[in-house]
Amino acid sequence: MTGHEQFADDLALYALDSLEGNERQALEQHLEQCAACRRELQLLRGDMALLSLSASGPAAPQRSRDRLLKAIAQEPKRADIETASRPLFGWLLWPASAAALVLLAVSIYLWREDVSISRQYASLQTQFNQQQSEVQHAQELLAMFTAPDAMHVTLVASQAKPQPQGKAMYLRDRGALLFMASNMNALPPQKVYELWLVPMTGTPIPAGTFKPNATGSAMVMDPPLPKGVEAKAFAVTIEAEGGSNTPTMPMVMVGSSG
Amino acid sequence: MSGAEAKSGKNDGALIAGIRAGDEAAMGQLYDRYSSMVYSVALRVLGDTGAAEDVLQDVFMQLWRRPEAFDSSRGQMGAWLSVIARHRAIDALRKRVPETDVTEIVVSVDPDLDDMAERSEALEKVRGALSTMPSQQRSALELAFFQGLTHSEIAKRLGEPLGTIKTRIRAGLLALRKAVAPA
Repeated sequence: MTGHEQFADDLALYALDSLEGNERQALEQHLEQCAACRRELQLLRGDMALLSLSASGPAAPQRSRDRLLKAIAQEPKRADIETASRPLFGWLLWPASAAALVLLAVSIYLWREDVSISRQYASLQTQFNQQQSEVQHAQELLAMFTAPDAMHVTLVASQAKPQPQGKAMYLRDRGALLFMASNMNALPPQKVYELWLVPMTGTPIPAGTFKPNATGSAMVMDPPLPKGVEAKAFAVTIEAEGGSNTPTMPMVMVGSSG
Repeated sequence: MSGAEAKSGKNDGALIAGIRAGDEAAMGQLYDRYSSMVYSVALRVLGDTGAAEDVLQDVFMQLWRRPEAFDSSRGQMGAWLSVIARHRAIDALRKRVPETDVTEIVVSVDPDLDDMAERSEALEKVRGALSTMPSQQRSALELAFFQGLTHSEIAKRLGEPLGTIKTRIRAGLLALRKAVAPA
């Protein structure tokens, strides 16, 4: 569980540039860390492209085309800049030019043979980039949480029931948190567990919701948290689906940083 | 293959490569292919032909100056351009400095909107989905998309709670995605 479900509606508004203020900031922070939400954002922008189809109207007037072509003709020419040094060594470049022409011909042939290959390639490239970004993020997290200054806190059941256990690893300066739970009891319908960062002063800060899997295990990875908050403790409560802004007593689990 | 044939058959990638090399004819061809999509969105948002022509000019000039901003990993050219055009039109409507960096925009859409036949089919499905959408939902979606209102402005205008507006907008976009999804 990453807690990103809470951002689902905000993502659509963000795609439309209709999200403001703190909600926008919180989502942008989350997007930096959540590949699933970045992917959903791409899809939502695709949905916007679909909606733009409904605007289908008259063609642009010819004067717009003329205006554009006139304007680009007056722009500095890229090709001129790139080839400015060629006359001195032009004959040396002949074999390379021939090779480039052959490559171009082959490329056009291949493209005509199967247009879908380029689409598949683009799609695979996007997936590859996403996966690379996820791996990089995981490596950064691992490095952070194994750093000497990472605080490790073990949470245990506040009552003597059989062994639900949680482990929170928290980096105050970066506002980064990793929480792993095991032996968690099954939840009532339409309820979730919610993790809380209890600061030295002030009210508890929501740190993500989660539901245990069939074996009672769950994880909250890097929920959106403000940076620099010193934690007095971490706690878990049971809340209604979607989470809460204030903890509902009793605390199911609690662990202090001391 | 004659030069003319090669030109008429150029795909978007080849045209972008041409633009990178300063080929004005490649720019003209790309313009012919997508200007109506860009202009239609801008005109719908701005409701003024002169302002829509300015957005059209701006979008294609941006592509001319920074063709590297688009590569195939950003999605389909037509879909990408229409999203950029909508952003620029809203910026113009709200008289604000552009907030969105086009190099960061990636658009993922299932039907191939660069293919005329698929685009027409998708258009029919989108129109169908919009016509069957509850009117409040459609209003929220169109106010956000074509007028660039924030969710709080939409909530105020429609007299609905913020949460309801958020949910309606997202559900509206998802309904369009569902409408064009393969059966």
